Amino acid sequence: MRFAAHYLADYKKESLLAPLFKMLEAIFELFVPLVMARIIDVGIANNDRVYIIRQGGMLIILAAVGLAVAVTAQYFSAKAAINAAGKMRSDLFFHIMKFSRGTLGEKGTASLVTRITNDVNQVQNGMNMFLRLFLRSPFIVFGAMIMAFTVDVKAALVFAVLIPLLGLFVYLVMHSTLPRFKRIQEGLEKILLTVNENLEGVRVIRAFRVEEAQNRRFREETGSLYRQQIGAGRISALLNPVTYALINLGIATLLLVSGVRVSAGSLTQGESVALVNYMSQILVELIKLANLIILLTRAVSSADRLSDILSTDPDERIHEKEETPSDTADAIEISDLSFTYPRNRDKALSDITLSVGKGQTLGIIGGTGSGKSTLVRLLRHAYDPVSGSILLNGRDIRSIPDQDIVGMIGHVPQKAQLFYGSIRYNLELAKPDATEKEMWDALEAACAREIVEKKENGLDEIVQRGGTNFSGGQKQRLTIARALIKRPEILILDDSASALDMLTERKLRDNIKALPWHPTTVIISQRASSVMDADQILVLDGGECKGLGRSEELLHTCPIYREIYSTQFELKEEA
Amino acid sequence: MKNKSTMKRILSLMKPYSGWVILSLILALGTVISTLMIPVLEGKAIDCIIGKGRVDFTGLYLVLRNIVFVAAVTFLCQWAMNRINNRITYSVARELRQKAFERLLRVPVSVIDSESHGDIASRIITDADSFTDGLLLGFTQLFTGVMTIAGTIIFMIRIRFTIALVVIAATPVSILIARFIARRSYNMFRRQSKDRGDLTEYLDERISQADLISQLGARERSKEEFTEKNDRLTDSAVKATFYSSLTNPSTRFVNAVIYAAVGVVGALLSVAGSISVGELTSFLGYAREYARPFNEITGVITEMQNAFACAARIFEIIDEKQVIDNDGRFDGEVKGKVTMENVSFSYVPEKPLIEELSLSVEPGEKVAIVGPTGAGKTTLINLLMRFYDVDSGAVKVDDRDIRTVSRSALRERFGMVLQETFLFAGSIRDNLSLGKPDATDEQIVEAAKAANANEFIRRLPDGYDTVLTPEGGTLSQGQKQLLCIARLMLALPPMLILDEATSSIDTMTEMRIQDAFARMMKGRTTFVVAHRLQTIRDADLILYMENGHVLEQGSHKELLQKNGHYAKLYRSQYSS
Repeated sequence: MRFAAHYLADYKKESLLAPLFKMLEAIFELFVPLVMARIIDVGIANNDRVYIIRQGGMLIILAAVGLAVAVTAQYFSAKAAINAAGKMRSDLFFHIMKFSRGTLGEKGTASLVTRITNDVNQVQNGMNMFLRLFLRSPFIVFGAMIMAFTVDVKAALVFAVLIPLLGLFVYLVMHSTLPRFKRIQEGLEKILLTVNENLEGVRVIRAFRVEEAQNRRFREETGSLYRQQIGAGRISALLNPVTYALINLGIATLLLVSGVRVSAGSLTQGESVALVNYMSQILVELIKLANLIILLTRAVSSADRLSDILSTDPDERIHEKEETPSDTADAIEISDLSFTYPRNRDKALSDITLSVGKGQTLGIIGGTGSGKSTLVRLLRHAYDPVSGSILLNGRDIRSIPDQDIVGMIGHVPQKAQLFYGSIRYNLELAKPDATEKEMWDALEAACAREIVEKKENGLDEIVQRGGTNFSGGQKQRLTIARALIKRPEILILDDSASALDMLTERKLRDNIKALPWHPTTVIISQRASSVMDADQILVLDGGECKGLGRSEELLHTCPIYREIYSTQFELKEEA
Repeated sequence: MKNKSTMKRILSLMKPYSGWVILSLILALGTVISTLMIPVLEGKAIDCIIGKGRVDFTGLYLVLRNIVFVAAVTFLCQWAMNRINNRITYSVARELRQKAFERLLRVPVSVIDSESHGDIASRIITDADSFTDGLLLGFTQLFTGVMTIAGTIIFMIRIRFTIALVVIAATPVSILIARFIARRSYNMFRRQSKDRGDLTEYLDERISQADLISQLGARERSKEEFTEKNDRLTDSAVKATFYSSLTNPSTRFVNAVIYAAVGVVGALLSVAGSISVGELTSFLGYAREYARPFNEITGVITEMQNAFACAARIFEIIDEKQVIDNDGRFDGEVKGKVTMENVSFSYVPEKPLIEELSLSVEPGEKVAIVGPTGAGKTTLINLLMRFYDVDSGAVKVDDRDIRTVSRSALRERFGMVLQETFLFAGSIRDNLSLGKPDATDEQIVEAAKAANANEFIRRLPDGYDTVLTPEGGTLSQGQKQLLCIARLMLALPPMLILDEATSSIDTMTEMRIQDAFARMMKGRTTFVVAHRLQTIRDADLILYMENGHVLEQGSHKELLQKNGHYAKLYRSQYSS
């Protein structure tokens, strides 16, 4: 509720005008029974045909003005609700774009996308209907009651009893269906997950012959969804019938009271008709309201899911005040660096200390889960170090604004990923003002020139969604070009040449060494040959530094390095 | 033609519920009639209350008793109808989903490989709902609407023909207005759904790569692109919503005009003495709600069309061809001899891939398949596991054509680790025991240790009970592969397939699990697809493939001596 209100606040004018016009419409509607009562009590009683026709004209005028006012109101409410939803979408998107890797993995991209699309839609419909009806309906309901009081106080007491009763009932229904709708939503998400797993994992499922187990799982999940739906339906099935029944009983009571009052001479026949009309107006309004409650309960549970996203802290990092860079410092200086992932027990990195001079090359080698990728994440300040520090050009990483880090570091991640658009577009993502020459230079250095040249449309060749029209090796080279194009001071290659053959990889390494701006380079690889020439090599195991130095030194001092090295160079001898 | 068969399918689907549907319709009719009776009774009551001292209390009590009775009937009919409708809708949706899912478990793998997964999922999840909602609610609404209109006209004619004519004359106007608006908003809705689709695709890509976007510094650019698409959607949504929301006020206006006309004509007739005030009240009661059913019926038609389209989409899945299986079994233990005889296969007929391939593998041998991307390595595995069937020739296990045994019997004999790791959103323990549900905790830990996975599993927040999130969460690609290997080590069948099983695992870890691997492969016929040649040097047979053909086969030494394709590939990897 508060969530939606916050967004509607940006469209204050529309959000206020919409219900206001709806209220005007309601007022015009409320006059109708009065006019009709006059037709009966004055026109028919006095046989005044002219009066009847004139009052008839009055009814048409009320209707026409009502139409104009209603259309205006619909316009304002559509504008407010949909623009607010648009703002919601962009807030969510901007917020999610700030999520750290961990948060993204935890929430799951599919679920995040569903929230921005489906949930925002539910909230939008809810807001729209709220603006249109949640003020109009109570206004008609209470307006009709007040009008009834102006007609006859004693008869109107029926309204005063009935309306709170209806209100209570509607509240109870809403209150008890809300959590049920939430569970239904969760049930749907569960079966979606099962379907997706069975599509993505079809080979594993068939190879392990667990089709029957999957079928049982799906049957259970759809069965429990069914029970949830029936449970929620049991309550909402009462909504319309109870409303109808209460109103009809109200009309009967009203007619009885009217009979007594008319008999005593304190009420006319026409006024009785007006009272019954008011009661019927309330009925029509409440039926609409009741159907909307379903929509609103859904909207409220969607809004909860949205505010859950927005209240997730995407960035727990510390940003300290700016320090002045010193030109004499090393490019990378790491001291006593330790790190533990949030919600994890063990250290992912412990007590790493090293420094890399400008233009030098650092190689990192180590096993799966040894902390190589963690170190890279810390270098680009995706997380804060738990203890120890990282200095880039002598500045503490926590004091460097994010956009400066982005400009400083060119990082080629393990998994080569291209975006839908042209090759040119993909390069421009890293450097929006890149010239044609800069693009070709970067491609050349990344050994990717021939890939682009072979394509019919060159740089404007379309990259399909997920980059499916390029092979793994081609994608890797293109992502390297993308990292090179902004001429980063520090270049990080995270096992990014794994799909390349040795010859191409060697050429790539030579090209990188020959880059005119001499970037400091960090190479992470599984191949000893890739890091062999580095100025120093860091050997990681279980998050700890097991060796640091040149290849020749490590061969003497570091058994793990020697082991890796020997498996690869034994081969060479044999060949 | 297609519509006709869809209609038939829908009818046969609804057949088990036909009793309920008929009951629901009877109840709907009951609701309509009892609802329409209320205004008549109101009018009668008003006619009992004429003025001071002129109130017929006996008559009034009788009418009031009837109102209470009719109200009770309305309540029961409506309530029972809602319950029945819920039951039908949810049951049919469940049944459709289960049928579609069951078929999904039996379709050839080629279907799942070639169709969009998002599309299949949305058919099973969303379309099933839209179909049942649209069909049943649409049908009930259509039925109730038509009944209400017919009933109103009959009730009105019974009271006074002249006034009924006034109402009936306005009918075409109501229909025209509702249709005009529906058509205008349809175009707007189409634009809206296109804009929405665009935005969703964009979101999908950017959110799944949010981390990369921030590394590239492309956040601002993404925001701009998003904003442009978002604004476009907002614009078309405002228009679509506004146009469609014109329906209500317009109908209300037409209604109000009818109401005024009925009021004036009725009052004039009353002055002439041919109608009572109570009868006029009844008329006004009808006029007030007359246009609403027209409004609903117009909406229903689009809704039903949509329901039909959704039904057709689900039926497509349910009707998808399924693999034909037999129940042949291997006689006794499988030794593991694998032969391929003149096998030809292609995914698309125009692009022949494997042609006339023959090879023979003795029990317990280790066969390595190497070659460039697109050579057909993974295809061979697809054929061995019968994910795909050969076009001609035969694959034999222990000299028996694998098409003469059931797929399940065949797959039971093969253990498999693929490059594309796949783990379920469940606990690590459940994932590991997938192939051996009765494995003890000790066995699970044992397998994890052998796969070098025990250490990192222990470090996870809940150890073996850590629940993996849908996308594998914070596990690295290599860690996921280790889990897949542990999964295989737990349930060891006589033949193994390792398709780039260690591609994301670094050399060092690979070395550590080498012993366990060697033990695992011992005595088991093993097919290995590998990129890194160092792992397959000791293979009994190495196949070098290119473009679906085996160009060279032999042992590592033999192939090096031959100095052909394999030797070239090997040198390109290991001489620096």
